[in-house]
Amino acid sequence: MSGPMRLADGGLIDRSRPVSFVFDGKTYQGFAGDSLASALLANGVVLFGRSFKYHRPRGVMAAGIEEPSALVQAGSGGRYEPNSRATDVFIYEGLQSQSQNRWPSLGFDLGGLNSLISPFIPAGFYYKTFFGGPKLWLLYEHLIRQMAGLGMPPTKADADVYEHRAAFCDVLVVGSGPAGLAAALSASAAGSRVILAEQDERIGGSLLTDPATIDGLASDLWIAKARETLIAAGGRILTRTTAAGYYDHDLVNLVERLTEPGQTPGPDGLAQRLWRVRAGKVILATGAFERPRLFEGNDLPGVMLSGAVRTYLRRYGVRAGSRAVITTDNDDAYRTALALAEAGASIAAVLDSRPADGDRSALVQKAVAQLPVHFGAKLIAAKGSAKGLKAASALIGGKVTALDCDLIAVSGGFSPVVHLHMQAGGTLAWDELSGSFSPDLTRQNQTTVGAAAGADGLSATLLSGWTKASDKAKAKAAPTCAAEDDVALNIIADWEPAPQASLKKAFVDYQNDVTAADLDLAWREGYRSVEHLKRYTTLGMATDQGKTSNLVGLARLAKSEGRPVPSVGLTTFRPPYTPVTLGVLAAEATGAHLDPRRRPVLYNIHAAEQPIWQPVGYWHRPRAYPMGAENLHQAALRESLTVRTKVGVTDVSTLGKFDVSGPDAAIFLELICATTVGKLAVGRGRYTIMLREDGMVMDDGTVWRTEENRFLLTSSTGGADRMAAHLSYVRKVLAPELKVAVANVQEHWAAVAVAGPLAKDVVAAVLPQMAVPRHMSLDRGALAGVPTLTLAASYSGERAFEIYAPSDQIAPVWAAIAQAARDLGGCLYGLEALEILRIEKGHIVVGGEIDGRASPHDLGLSKMLRPAGGYIGHTALQRPAFAESGRLQMIGLEAVDGSAIPEGSMLLTAPKTLPVGHVTAAGLNVIKGGSIALGFLRDGFSRTDESLIAWSPTRNQTAKVKVTAPVFYDVAGVQYRD
Amino acid sequence: MLLIACPNCGPRAQAEFTFERPLASIVTPTETLPDLIHKLFTRENPRGPSWELWRHTYGCAGWLKVHRDTHNHQISAVVPVDMETPS
Repeated sequence: MSGPMRLADGGLIDRSRPVSFVFDGKTYQGFAGDSLASALLANGVVLFGRSFKYHRPRGVMAAGIEEPSALVQAGSGGRYEPNSRATDVFIYEGLQSQSQNRWPSLGFDLGGLNSLISPFIPAGFYYKTFFGGPKLWLLYEHLIRQMAGLGMPPTKADADVYEHRAAFCDVLVVGSGPAGLAAALSASAAGSRVILAEQDERIGGSLLTDPATIDGLASDLWIAKARETLIAAGGRILTRTTAAGYYDHDLVNLVERLTEPGQTPGPDGLAQRLWRVRAGKVILATGAFERPRLFEGNDLPGVMLSGAVRTYLRRYGVRAGSRAVITTDNDDAYRTALALAEAGASIAAVLDSRPADGDRSALVQKAVAQLPVHFGAKLIAAKGSAKGLKAASALIGGKVTALDCDLIAVSGGFSPVVHLHMQAGGTLAWDELSGSFSPDLTRQNQTTVGAAAGADGLSATLLSGWTKASDKAKAKAAPTCAAEDDVALNIIADWEPAPQASLKKAFVDYQNDVTAADLDLAWREGYRSVEHLKRYTTLGMATDQGKTSNLVGLARLAKSEGRPVPSVGLTTFRPPYTPVTLGVLAAEATGAHLDPRRRPVLYNIHAAEQPIWQPVGYWHRPRAYPMGAENLHQAALRESLTVRTKVGVTDVSTLGKFDVSGPDAAIFLELICATTVGKLAVGRGRYTIMLREDGMVMDDGTVWRTEENRFLLTSSTGGADRMAAHLSYVRKVLAPELKVAVANVQEHWAAVAVAGPLAKDVVAAVLPQMAVPRHMSLDRGALAGVPTLTLAASYSGERAFEIYAPSDQIAPVWAAIAQAARDLGGCLYGLEALEILRIEKGHIVVGGEIDGRASPHDLGLSKMLRPAGGYIGHTALQRPAFAESGRLQMIGLEAVDGSAIPEGSMLLTAPKTLPVGHVTAAGLNVIKGGSIALGFLRDGFSRTDESLIAWSPTRNQTAKVKVTAPVFYDVAGVQYRD
Repeated sequence: MLLIACPNCGPRAQAEFTFERPLASIVTPTETLPDLIHKLFTRENPRGPSWELWRHTYGCAGWLKVHRDTHNHQISAVVPVDMETPS
């Protein structure tokens, strides 16, 4: 025995394997196979937590994943999970668990005072505080944030490993109760590949609570045989695996738990696995949830769902009380009453809301003969405290009657679990008598069987699973059960609380503390649509997503409206079905595995220089090459100055590069490029911009005519993939008639840029047999036996060259150029110097000035546009808006007060006015010193010399600036020419 | 996630594809300004069957015309972009 409430024998626990665990600092013992809830109940624990809003004492209500109240946080450090349902955690040696929402301790909770002030926290409290003005909200917010909330978030990085796995099957069966097993057997017999997913740690579903005789076998043997049959036929059975989401085209996500919350994984290190199963057909055998009923104090510890009481008794060998009241509107709860009596509990009363004059099943007749059963009777109130139930009052034969009890087993009927059916786009049909929605139409290859489809009784459940799983299944071959195990509900759904019950303590949503009185109030205040009611009261918005509460709430709204339940409507069922850890969704895609890291071909050679690295898109490129104790800024400034005065060498291998060839190559490029291309002579190149079809600049680069019908087009590093897709789109979709081939040669060519007044000398030194090409010309050569292509183009504003070579042969080319530059007093430079130099020249970049909102006119590039038009974006540039005043136009800025212009600042005409522009890039004047920037300003072209304020509220920095042209170095443009 | 039957590669998961745009919103190089504005800024958003342009980016990289019902995601045809769309 482990604990006072444990029965001497029985249950599916392993009494030879005791397990110790900790709850709220105290060590308890349970057995292997116990859930945390069953193990605590066995130890006589009734108080599991405090409620969300009022801090009312709460026990455990259910035995499965629908549990709304008994939430715990399990584990510690990097293995920790808040808001776990105690009913859905199986204990293991050393489990550390804690109750939630209590302060300073579970037994003595200061927040419980909220219960006393609950009249002042009505439905829609949050919304109402907003109407009191911001000050009132600020006052409440502090209090609310302290008191409300679920478990604490983890404070350490997740220590666990997760993985994704894809799977395919003919038939996926969700749920392994009698319907699911019958369905899986049927599909398997018809030759289908089957995956069976069960969220519990063992298969069997309701048979684990209500053993039966099926096909002449005791159900535990029938289950074992079913397992063998399925596996022998090649089927896969996944236990502890929840179907969390049903997506389009029959894709179902299964979350498999390989460890319990907080548990250290086994040797393979995996905690959870996400299965993405694409199924030919999906069979949902997800069962039904029992519903609570409305009475005063229906949330107190000791009030439990009837089926849960029976599950604790039969599966876990735990008797949850010694003197019980049962309240029901159906026959199922009679099984609980009889089972409790058989286990030695006394039954104070069975309160059946159905009328006394109906036909009675054999089960009910048996109970009537042994137990105090009252028809037409209702529970009014449960009375008790954090220590458990003391008493109850009931309406029996029209009289208020006091009952002595420590357990109340509640059955308000059953709601089919239709979540996955609804996620799959299905519709529902309402049955008034049972008060339940069950699946109607389906959109995908999916069918629902068993209790989830409204099947009543074990025989109908087995038949439903067997026949619906396969077209070939014959009804007469379906598994059958013994007659005494075939218990029908005979339900007459009853939503009405006893008139004597105070609805202010009759809870509908236990997890979010929503009472029937709250729903009535919201309705009176005009929240009559179910979607409004949900948001106003928070009904069904907790982590349990209203599994036990939604229908009770709907019925309450329907009554207020005087309409039938289905006309009130339902809120949307969204994945996940039960909470899913973010870890398993991310799986391997965390940290360095989140994105691929692309290394330029010269990566290792750069690494030898120990540069500061910078990610550019997926690429890792040197940002600067510090010497000695230099920091980033010092190194970049030295490198910039060397380029301006001598020569620098940098790696530009990651630029987008496209080889465009064919008789129509020039025509094709004149669609892509907004500049002149066709008139380029062979051996010449020019700067170009590419527009989107809406007229905005998409990217910039250079275009070179290498042969009569062959061009090399370059684009930005970060925009290379987009440019590749754009070129493909234009070629295949817009202009398939053109005779042109486009090859993405981004990684075929590596390239080294040489820039500075001495760049020409470096080129002459390394390529002595080739005449140094003139600006915007190209020539071929060979360096260390490697064929090269030298393009004379400048980005820095100095005379500059880009020397291309095949990627796999670039190392000696780089080495020779770097050495030649060093011999002349030059150095290597990185992206930071590149940025400083291009800002000084006012050259635009993708992601800076090319931000998707700027037209060529806004960037001051109107003169470059091909006058004849015909390029993509030309028509859109005729939109009148592009000619209107007030457009943001690119300008330069100079600090006039000696301060640095803050990155990302906004431009103001005076303090505390609305911004009239913004800074896109801040840099400095390399030779003269002083802070400069590029940016956009409304009507900026005509505002030169105007004084503005550059203000960054996030950096809390300000600079006084003067508007200039966006070029600060070599304004006449002579430095880079021959 | 949709299952798209690429005419080159067979049925593949949506994650391999990129949605480009509805076929009706393709802007040709010779589009007039009013037509361009309609296609880019005031285009239809049909509830029901619609021809769309997709690309099998992480497969054959081919451009495909996909007939998809925007209401229930049923896909009734997938053809290469250079084939006529069946009416």
